[in-house]
Amino acid sequence: MNAPFEPKIIAFCCRYCAYAAADLAGGLRIQYPPNVRIIEVPCTGRVDVVEILHAFERGADGVMVAGCLEGDCHFLEGNLNARRRVQYSARLLEQIGLGGERVAMVNLSSAMGARFAELVTEMTEKIRKLGPNPLNTTRHGRN
Amino acid sequence: MIIGEQKPLAEIMEQLGEARKVLVVGCGTCVTVCFAGGEKEVAILASALRMKSKLDGHPMEVDEVTVQRQCEWEYIDPLRERLKEYDAILSLACGIGVQAMNEHFPEYITLPGLNTTFLGLPEEQGVWEERCQACGDCILDLTAGICPIARCSKQLLNGPCGGSQRGVCEVDANIPCAWQLIWERAVKLGREELLLEIQPPKNWSTSRDGGPRKIIREDLRLQR
Repeated sequence: MNAPFEPKIIAFCCRYCAYAAADLAGGLRIQYPPNVRIIEVPCTGRVDVVEILHAFERGADGVMVAGCLEGDCHFLEGNLNARRRVQYSARLLEQIGLGGERVAMVNLSSAMGARFAELVTEMTEKIRKLGPNPLNTTRHGRN
Repeated sequence: MIIGEQKPLAEIMEQLGEARKVLVVGCGTCVTVCFAGGEKEVAILASALRMKSKLDGHPMEVDEVTVQRQCEWEYIDPLRERLKEYDAILSLACGIGVQAMNEHFPEYITLPGLNTTFLGLPEEQGVWEERCQACGDCILDLTAGICPIARCSKQLLNGPCGGSQRGVCEVDANIPCAWQLIWERAVKLGREELLLEIQPPKNWSTSRDGGPRKIIREDLRLQR
């Protein structure tokens, strides 16, 4: 029996903002979908195209890169570099045939716990509508 | 250095055809520095090929390797044993690397994953510009260190032409007029006298007009 599709989303979260915001969301007991798998990175500037592709290749249904608000990067421009790499990855995913909308860049501060929950919810709903990553043949429904 | 640009994924897929097992071979020299065919680009392309082929219904196994310099026999020779495992070899080196692979391993076809675009430099991070055409007879001493062969659209030796307007070439407003640059630099260096001399037509036999070129240095050749 097939369980309903539950997207699996990889979120690369910057230590200085999104990761702390996720922590805050937890501390505040804010509910957000359990579909997201958080990977802490020292800065979203660390996230390269190859990591985004590898996430999809290994079955992720969506990838979210969550960095500091523009202008507030701890390393000055890491989040701006990340945005361009996410756009490049989206174009590549389009050529591959997976669709560029499966990857997204978002920006928030460490004080935005509720916003983090909101972004994760929006991303989960978007990916739910897009359906499962067709490359993942091992499961459609379980996390 | 040599500047290259990756071919579109669809064109690469077409070249690979029905291949089931593919080796993507990168090069650690020029194309690494211009972000076209180094270790990271090999990883990105290999991942893209694995995903696209799976989605297209004929999954490919794609392996990755990057050699320090694909245009030298010594560096590519260690690949010999590995190559027999693959249906197709895709090189992310410049055209020289692709041909080196084909010459050194004549029993396998090595396919090109890049378009070798020009000899140039990174004008800034992410922007590359042509600087040399390898014409075989350098005249930078006569042109204030700026090459009109590579940078003037007409390759003029006695420029600028009438198409130079406000320092820009008529071919494209994004191309600075090489002869304007030459003149300005010559004035700054106090070498404008050099430009008053009319240059005779260039001898193109040292360039491609003389056919494929070759250099033999007997002093460097190994005794056989």
